[in-house]
Amino acid sequence: MSFLQVLVEALESLNGNKLRSGLTILGIVIGVAAVIAMLSIGQGAQDSITSSINSNGVNVLYVFSGARGNRDTPTVRNVRPLTTDDAQALLDPIAAPSVKAIAPVISGNVTAAAQGQTTSTQANGVTPNYLDIRNQQVAEGEFITDDQVNAHRQVADIGPDLADTLFGVHTGLVGQSIRLNGQTFTIIGILASKGGSSFGSADNQVIVPLTAMRDRLIHRAGNSVDTVYVQATSADSTTSAKDEVSAIMRTRHHNAAGADDFTVFSSADLLQTASSITGILTIFLGGVAGISLLVGGIGIMNIMLVSVAERTREIGLRKALGARRRDILTQFLAESLLLSLLGGFLGIAFGWGISILIEQFAAASGTSFTAVVSAGAILLATSFSAAIGLFFGIYPANRAAGLQPVEALRYE
Amino acid sequence: MTTPLKDQVITATELTKVYRMGDVEVQALRGLSLSIDRGEVVSITGPSGSGKSTLMNILGCLDRPSGGEYMLDGIQVAGMDDDQLANVRNHKIGFIFQSFNLLSRITALSNVELPLRYAGAPPKGINDNGNGGRAAPETRSRKERARAALEAVGLGDRMSHKPTELSGGQQQRVAIARALVNEPAMIMADEPTGNLDSKVGQEIMDLLLNLNHERGTTLVIVTHDPRIADQTQRVIHIRDGAVDQEKSR
Repeated sequence: MSFLQVLVEALESLNGNKLRSGLTILGIVIGVAAVIAMLSIGQGAQDSITSSINSNGVNVLYVFSGARGNRDTPTVRNVRPLTTDDAQALLDPIAAPSVKAIAPVISGNVTAAAQGQTTSTQANGVTPNYLDIRNQQVAEGEFITDDQVNAHRQVADIGPDLADTLFGVHTGLVGQSIRLNGQTFTIIGILASKGGSSFGSADNQVIVPLTAMRDRLIHRAGNSVDTVYVQATSADSTTSAKDEVSAIMRTRHHNAAGADDFTVFSSADLLQTASSITGILTIFLGGVAGISLLVGGIGIMNIMLVSVAERTREIGLRKALGARRRDILTQFLAESLLLSLLGGFLGIAFGWGISILIEQFAAASGTSFTAVVSAGAILLATSFSAAIGLFFGIYPANRAAGLQPVEALRYE
Repeated sequence: MTTPLKDQVITATELTKVYRMGDVEVQALRGLSLSIDRGEVVSITGPSGSGKSTLMNILGCLDRPSGGEYMLDGIQVAGMDDDQLANVRNHKIGFIFQSFNLLSRITALSNVELPLRYAGAPPKGINDNGNGGRAAPETRSRKERARAALEAVGLGDRMSHKPTELSGGQQQRVAIARALVNEPAMIMADEPTGNLDSKVGQEIMDLLLNLNHERGTTLVIVTHDPRIADQTQRVIHIRDGAVDQEKSR
């Protein structure tokens, strides 16, 4: 019999018992939908984290004091603090040609108060090129200048969320006063919104001159800073920039080989860590969803076995009329394959719907999140459901094909 | 061993069949021999337990004998495997059952088409290949052949009905059309009138005899109804797994 005929007969037979076929398909639909939804959410989470890391600038390196984040590094005693001099030394066109700009930062939590409102927020003491390196913009007013840094001026740029919290608005605030840990600062600019980020909101912060920060808010010994942001000349040169920065720092801090008392971390490292975490999450979620697909497959096997038992006489008759073993085998395999594929396609549509729904929920609760139904996920779900149809269909189909015509015809 | 003659459709020699039921061996056939000529109408009768059904299953190639030889239409059947037997059933034998055995999901026409599907007949037929526009049987499409078979049993106007929409007599006619459609060497009917009242049963019997008369189709009817057996040219009576007596009219 031709392929088309086999398909038509399988459809006829499934159509003959709509409720049963529908319920069997439902098992696969739920399994495939779960797989698709979980994979798309995992992919979406990954994309969202990646883009928020990228929004901090792809070519940015973070230099911290101390051997952080690397358990292989031997414990270093007498860690020298990171200083503004260290930062300046990184701007060496000969020793560090890949470094474009640097921004030393002191950061910490402060209490911000204005117009009777009080809130806790992150404060960053910075230099003017911080704005560019962190890929941020000023929506209103202006950013801190070199003069203000040199003059230890008590001025501040504040994030829109902080402005909303304290003033109820985030426009027309230039010239207003804000008290940070009891010290009065004058607002000179409002930052443009960057949207939600996975690492605390950049919209809820206050930025002040590095010098004023050290004097008035967070005390740091001498000219030490917490972090030095380093901007590489391009995304491709981050690796060489990292090597150059490390070399300069080692010389300045007199570190023995393999005993760095500082850490250089790049966005790429961060990206790698984040994507390996979300990757594991996606596999885990997909695996759990895969179990429901497996259960759906067992459902198909169950129904096909019932169907074989029920149609024993039909099988006997078909054999009497000249059906070979192969004919019966293909007939039943086609039915289980059709069940699982129909379930697969419906499940893809259903899972897509679920991921869109979750996207809406996320948007409603203020998180921008795009569930991504990838072609790979669709291919995976389709081929997996087809494989399940074949795998769980083989036993019942084989049973049907192996029936002896005499006994099958006698079956009541 | 008898040499099969050209005009013999069935030549069975010393057929034996042993069933094993647990530890007990049951001898259903004990060296049964018979032959049936082409175009003959033969009935096989016998009490239940006589081996009548076993004989029918073996003659119909649904089962294999434990011993002996069986030539069907010049082919040695005894040593064939399952798929070869399926092929023989498809091409050489048309079955008619007591309980009709039609597929209830599909139309009468599709039921009749079923043996053609398994025969691998082309669905559209082989189109006119220059033999003067007169189509030989093999060049007709499956639908046409099925339609012709249904018309031959007088059901030309019921083709698209499903079996559940047909009377018992009509259902058995569909089954006869199905048995005819592949133009088999013989038709095996197992109690063809058993589920019908005597009037409709006689109509079916007349139809079968008529088909034999017009087409020369060999007819083997297994029955215990003497009124049916009396209408056949030869009655083979089976008892205890062997031919008890033969009676020709």
